[in-house]
Amino acid sequence: MIAFLLRRIGQGLLVMVAVGMMAFALFRFVGDPVNQLVGPDASEEDRERIRVEIGLKDPVALQFSRYIWRAAHLDFGFSYQFKQPVTKLIAERLPATMELAFVAVSIALVLGVLLGVYTGLHRDSFLSNVFLTVSLIGISLPTFLIGILLIFLFAVQLKVMPSFGRGQVVDLGFWTTGFLTASGRSALVLPAITLGLFQMTLTMRLVRSEMLEIMRLDFIKFARARGLKNRAIHFGHAFKNTLIPVITVTGLQFGTTIAFAIITETVFQWPGMGNLFLRAVQTVDIPIMACYLMMIGFLFVLINFIVDILYFVVDPRLRHVTKVAL
Amino acid sequence: MTVVHPTAGRSLWRSLVDSDMLHAFLRSRLTVVAALLTLTYLLAALLAPLIAPTNPYDTASLSLLDSSLPPAWSAQGDPKYLLGTDDQGRDILSTILYGLRISIGVGVVSVALAAMVGIALGVVAGYVGGRVDAVIMRLAEVQLAFPAILIALFLDGTVRSIWPLLKQEDIAFTVIVAALALDNWAKYARTVRGSTLVEKNRDYVQAARVIGLRPIAIMWRHVLPNVLGPVLVIATINFALAILAEATLSFLGVGFPPTKPSLGTLIRIGNNFLFSGEWWITLFPGITLALLVLAVNILGDWLRDALNPRLR
Repeated sequence: MIAFLLRRIGQGLLVMVAVGMMAFALFRFVGDPVNQLVGPDASEEDRERIRVEIGLKDPVALQFSRYIWRAAHLDFGFSYQFKQPVTKLIAERLPATMELAFVAVSIALVLGVLLGVYTGLHRDSFLSNVFLTVSLIGISLPTFLIGILLIFLFAVQLKVMPSFGRGQVVDLGFWTTGFLTASGRSALVLPAITLGLFQMTLTMRLVRSEMLEIMRLDFIKFARARGLKNRAIHFGHAFKNTLIPVITVTGLQFGTTIAFAIITETVFQWPGMGNLFLRAVQTVDIPIMACYLMMIGFLFVLINFIVDILYFVVDPRLRHVTKVAL
Repeated sequence: MTVVHPTAGRSLWRSLVDSDMLHAFLRSRLTVVAALLTLTYLLAALLAPLIAPTNPYDTASLSLLDSSLPPAWSAQGDPKYLLGTDDQGRDILSTILYGLRISIGVGVVSVALAAMVGIALGVVAGYVGGRVDAVIMRLAEVQLAFPAILIALFLDGTVRSIWPLLKQEDIAFTVIVAALALDNWAKYARTVRGSTLVEKNRDYVQAARVIGLRPIAIMWRHVLPNVLGPVLVIATINFALAILAEATLSFLGVGFPPTKPSLGTLIRIGNNFLFSGEWWITLFPGITLALLVLAVNILGDWLRDALNPRLR
């Protein structure tokens, strides 16, 4: 198990180096770092002097290692449009995105698993068919349209929910949170539903089909023969075995969650990282884009690593056979 | 000398009429409706310049006096504009028809491009195997983790940074199609590789190898036609996904600009006016988009069931 995890860490580092190269190429060759430091009307001599000063004439390998070194110390340069350190801009917006994503994914997983277990156990019930039909529509509607429809219904027509922003937030010094105020909590509802809906339908369909498969297997019959309660069979035996695919797919969906977070934040004008990134793309703010790329790469590696560890936690069989199998 | 395939000699039409596929198709009413709807969409997109009441790209014909008119059946509506007008006085119905052309065009071109690249790499990976296979499949794995929207956003920023003078209108099509193709080829490659591995050991391929055909010829003439079945299903689903991705990008403001709106751009424009009660600018393009995607998805589901012998 240790060897397996070490190898995974090695692979993760390799991915990070590759992502770092892409981010560096973006930062150094697509964007012009000099633009971060001088105004548009600086003379060519000034630019040339600064180029030498900040080391743009050094060998590329040296520049690259310098970029990675700085990135490791959370220094990603200055944003073109805000004239502020990229790290500061991201740190300001990180809490908003994390809280939104956390609530959305939690709702999606809890509801998705519950509905999936229900529709898997009661295959032909009326309620199951209702859930499945609604989920098909949920998959066909684009995220941004769902957001707009929710705003139109609950904010414009019924006027029961705020339509944009985070509401009032409490500043904890290193973190701003919307959980502590009533307006912050109600502002979270619509964006979290928008962001979580796709993941929820996906989880529900996955758990349902896994449950259908597993309930047919012999060990379920044996469990019944042993006189176990339904509850113990459904959750202790059947559901437990659906966890591996659920974890895998949830991990794989990480990229989609990021993309959908950008969309959701745009629809609800949520002051998060996705919004910042989108503005960076529109205004060609390369340092922010490069930093965002590194961050996605890092989170991607991290989540894959967590998924690998979760396999061992969920499936005791793996802990004993790893030496042979891996 | 050629290797005879089992279905050779029967006309395509005969085999279609006799097939279970056609039977299953006509039995499912939902699928027929979806197919008709898709066909209507394709025709509407193709014939937009002929059937649209006005030309939305012709700015000279626009009048601001006609801006933000509600649909024709409401009290302030103008019978000239069936679905109302947007903030610039453009007829919504016409802009939807022209927008459909863009959306469907992006879908068709990106699917074709991704399928060509993906199928070619998939057949090669499966047939040649070894290191070539490992490299292609590892690339595909990485690709599958990144959604098209993220790729398109990075690509868009990069392109506009390198060529700052290009207008959004000119790069939108290329950027979106490239991003979608870059994102989707892996799905084809993975599936095609799988079926190639199966076909590779069949007798007809062995026979072709024995008579000394070159690998390229074997892949092209013998393997390729037999691995295309599942590709059709992926292409259908991806067509729907491509249209969704394009609409999303345009909605985010990095796709087609308001001067040349796709369905996503129209929804974006309308979104700004939702609060002042002008729901028709966003709602009609939204319904158009959702119905199109739903219809294509239903078709894709049916194709998957019809082509999968295990489910029959």
